[in-house]
Amino acid sequence: MSNSPNDDVHKARSTPKPEPVSCGCSGPACCESVAESGPPVSRRTATEPIPVGTTLKLRDHLGALAARWGIGRMSFIVEPGLYAIGEPDSASPVLVSANYKLTFDRVRSQLGGRNAWLLVLDTKGINVWCAAGKGTFGTDELVHRLQITALADRVEHRRLIVPQLGATGVCAHEVRQRSGFKVYFGPVCARDLPLFIDSDLKCTPEMRRVRFPVRERVVLIPIEIVGGLRIMILAALALVVLAGLGRDGYSLTRVWGTGLRSALLLIATFLTGASLVPLLLPWLPGRAFAVKGAWTGAFAAAAVGWLAYSQPGLLGSPVMAVAWLLFIPTAMSFTGMNYTGASTYTSLSGVIKEMKVAVPLQIGFAGAAALLWLAGLFTT
Amino acid sequence: MRYLDDVVTLRLDAAKCNGCRMCLTVCPHNVFRMEDKRAVLQTRDACMECGACMLNCAAGALTVRSGVGCASGIINGILRGTDACCDNTSSGCC
Ligand code: SF4
Ligand code: SF4
Repeated sequence: MSNSPNDDVHKARSTPKPEPVSCGCSGPACCESVAESGPPVSRRTATEPIPVGTTLKLRDHLGALAARWGIGRMSFIVEPGLYAIGEPDSASPVLVSANYKLTFDRVRSQLGGRNAWLLVLDTKGINVWCAAGKGTFGTDELVHRLQITALADRVEHRRLIVPQLGATGVCAHEVRQRSGFKVYFGPVCARDLPLFIDSDLKCTPEMRRVRFPVRERVVLIPIEIVGGLRIMILAALALVVLAGLGRDGYSLTRVWGTGLRSALLLIATFLTGASLVPLLLPWLPGRAFAVKGAWTGAFAAAAVGWLAYSQPGLLGSPVMAVAWLLFIPTAMSFTGMNYTGASTYTSLSGVIKEMKVAVPLQIGFAGAAALLWLAGLFTT
Repeated sequence: MRYLDDVVTLRLDAAKCNGCRMCLTVCPHNVFRMEDKRAVLQTRDACMECGACMLNCAAGALTVRSGVGCASGIINGILRGTDACCDNTSSGCC
């Protein structure tokens, strides 16, 4: 067993995980890996527990809000190690969590008035579910963290409360073999923790289910938007510049007319898709997310089409209007498909299946729409 | 909310099952049920292939190709030739 706190977390989880394609993602924003760019963690004596409160301050709430918009997420990391909530003793429960600050805050804020140990694993600032999928919230890191915090010397019992969503990375029987601690998988939601602790570490079936209520769907909208924004702005700028082209040479009038309107419509399409698909998810027709997105786009295209019909020339030439009617459902289908990563019930096999059909169609339709739009410039 | 039918790779080898109920505990989508002291699949199509049951079945009765269903992750993986990425704000639940 290694003694360095950082070198084991990159190891694969103990059970082979074939084709690890991704983990609970939502959007490309996630790719700026927190792993290597996090702030240096101060060197504390590993075994000294860190006292921590249970009330969230304004700063915690503001930080959470910023993180939801993708701002400052790189510093949203808690130091891994053992934390003391209240005045825990050798009989106090031990809860295991991730070192993503949102997760950490959620857990500690549920433990007001209690004495407990909070064992924070080094998940590189990623929440439990995502980290478990990657294996950073896993058996190796848990066993390792138990050793360097010498938890076995602080508590008499051998019970660990691990969030149920961590089960994707934590193998309970292996933890027991290697550390002597028995893993009790706790509830999915931190808010059920007090009840779980008070009812002898038992969950109701309800506490074990993962759902995807509107509140959680909405909270993930900003990060989807931030994730796609850069490419959207680039594409919008490209439209503005290209719109000047035409049979009569380059026209600035068209840049400010067709170009600007096209750019706005593109951004509007993106924003509408990224917010409506998550909001309306359960009610949109179809099971596949690409289909749900395409339906959203079909309704949006109908609205845009009606506008263009009542105000001819709004979308440029008729050819361009057709381009938009093709493009809007295609773009929203893509946005919908990308939302699979944020959802809590899509399987890898299912996503692969829908992508095999959807992606070629999306490329075809988007290509056709782009050609028509360009053709429209030369037919006015 | 249900995802696509007949796509998941989850398999349960009933002969190996020792009835420990661990899969019922870890599964976030209530896929399992006990019948005659053995686990059975009650809603196989609800499986999201997270792999928690396979990892925690000491009897080795469960197999699933695990991974997370995330289109942008898959696309990124293909484009970069690496594993796909993770977003640290999508919290699942809490
Ligand atoms: S975890 Fe494995 S052995 Fe235990 S009940 Fe489920 S299938 Fe059977
Ligand atoms: S892979 Fe995950 S969702 Fe599927 S049955 Fe196992 S625990 Fe449940």
